[in-house]
Amino acid sequence: MTLITSAIGQGLLWALLGLSLYLSFRILNITDMTVEGTFPLGAATAVTMIVHGVNPLLASLAATGTGMIAGLITGLLTTKGKIPSLLAGILTMTAAYSVNLRIMGKSNTSLLGQTTLFSNHFLKSLPEYFDSVVLGFSVICIITVLIIFFLNTDYGQAFIATGDNLTMARSMGIRTDRMTIVGLMISNGMVGLGGALIAQSNGYADVNMGIGTIVIALASIIIGEVAFGELTLSQRLVAVTLGSIIYRLILLAVLQLGFSANDLNLLSSIVLALCMMIPQVDRILNIKKPILKGVTSHD
Amino acid sequence: MTKPILELQGVTTVVNRGTASQTTILKEINLTINPGDFITIVGTNGAGKSTLFNVIGGNLTADRGKLLHNGTDITHLSQEARTKFLARVFQDPKLGTAPRMTVAENLLLAEKRGQPRHLVFRRLKTRLKGFETLVATMNNGLETRLMTATGALSGGQRQALSFLMATLKRPDILLLDEHTAALDPHTSATLMAATNQRIKEDGLTALMITHHMEDAIHYGNRLLVLKDGQIKADLAGKEKASLTPERLAAYFE
Repeated sequence: MTLITSAIGQGLLWALLGLSLYLSFRILNITDMTVEGTFPLGAATAVTMIVHGVNPLLASLAATGTGMIAGLITGLLTTKGKIPSLLAGILTMTAAYSVNLRIMGKSNTSLLGQTTLFSNHFLKSLPEYFDSVVLGFSVICIITVLIIFFLNTDYGQAFIATGDNLTMARSMGIRTDRMTIVGLMISNGMVGLGGALIAQSNGYADVNMGIGTIVIALASIIIGEVAFGELTLSQRLVAVTLGSIIYRLILLAVLQLGFSANDLNLLSSIVLALCMMIPQVDRILNIKKPILKGVTSHD
Repeated sequence: MTKPILELQGVTTVVNRGTASQTTILKEINLTINPGDFITIVGTNGAGKSTLFNVIGGNLTADRGKLLHNGTDITHLSQEARTKFLARVFQDPKLGTAPRMTVAENLLLAEKRGQPRHLVFRRLKTRLKGFETLVATMNNGLETRLMTATGALSGGQRQALSFLMATLKRPDILLLDEHTAALDPHTSATLMAATNQRIKEDGLTALMITHHMEDAIHYGNRLLVLKDGQIKADLAGKEKASLTPERLAAYFE
């Protein structure tokens, strides 16, 4: 039971990354590799500030800020610099690695004995692992509502149109460059916040903690889509969070089979690859229904 | 004498400047467009028709010459800024609409063409009745598909929607880039008739590229023949009315 609670808590915290990737990957149609640099950047920012005695909430907000700066850089590189978005993201990600080492001064910083967002009295009074569930759930609710509001404004509609059809968006006078930059900033700001929260949950920040994050985030999006099918845009956002939780439960099941934590990146990639291939396999064999049954019976 | 709505003065465009393959596409184009003009444009491939539209639309900046909109110099105005007074329908039905957004959402975007978009609720529901009446004028079943993603529409429906979106907020200048070319003959004729009706009713100023000689002669009040980046003929009135496809084709020689 505690293992499942832990998985749900992790799923909720990591859902933040799924939601941010939803904005870039699904809405803007950009595979934003920046994320793998922004995630440890957020963690490094928050952890370093906390160690220096800054309030953890402020430190987490600062992590959101540094994430947004990373998004801004990728956005400028791809729109004004005309660098293909995939490469622009890789450039920022690679640069962020050095920046993260500069921020922390070493490759790993522990939060042992420090006051974090999880040190709150109420969270401490909960049973084991419920702190992540409560904090993750609260953050996800707020962020999801904010995104739904954003997407349903005139500005948000122009943002969606930019990713959906650039030519048409421009012909309607939408400033597509600005939309792309703003989108990448919001998305990476959320990743930075996610990095801050997960570092506080884990109790440390590590310069290598970004490896594989994009696969995990995409996995929650794809699993959500595969598991819940045709949905409205708002429902899709909720499906991402549920997808993130399902992903954690799948990992839990796989670890129970005897794999070690070192195998996680291999397993993540396999899970994502399988989920992304389901539509193709389904076209040939029509096996979607049985597979979905298999997925849902695990949780 | 009416004041021209758009003027091109000595517009020249060069591609691959400074390389061995340097080519001049438009050569010293002079064109005066008056309010209410419906100009059809014909010419062989490579004559510069699309380049002309790109220069007017702002996708391309003229290397020499000037563009005036109501007497104001717009030569260096960005494409986005020009959408305040200019709308365009593309040849490819896929280019004119956002496929994952619904018909109504697309129309809502078009209502704000060229205007700033703010963080205020879009209020789609209050507009549905109006949109329904509007799309019903196209007589192709769009009114029952307001809440359908445009990606699921037929090419004809999409192109009709693109046309509605371009004219929804009355543009000073409407560019039609072979907008019926990708459709089957029947759908193409229907959209062409609807286009003509809308342009007449709203008194729009429009430029239409077409490879369809009958359409070029039948529609509009002026006809331009473009050849090798120059305006070979600019026909109006009786001259245009007395044209036959054969005589028009002779201009291409």
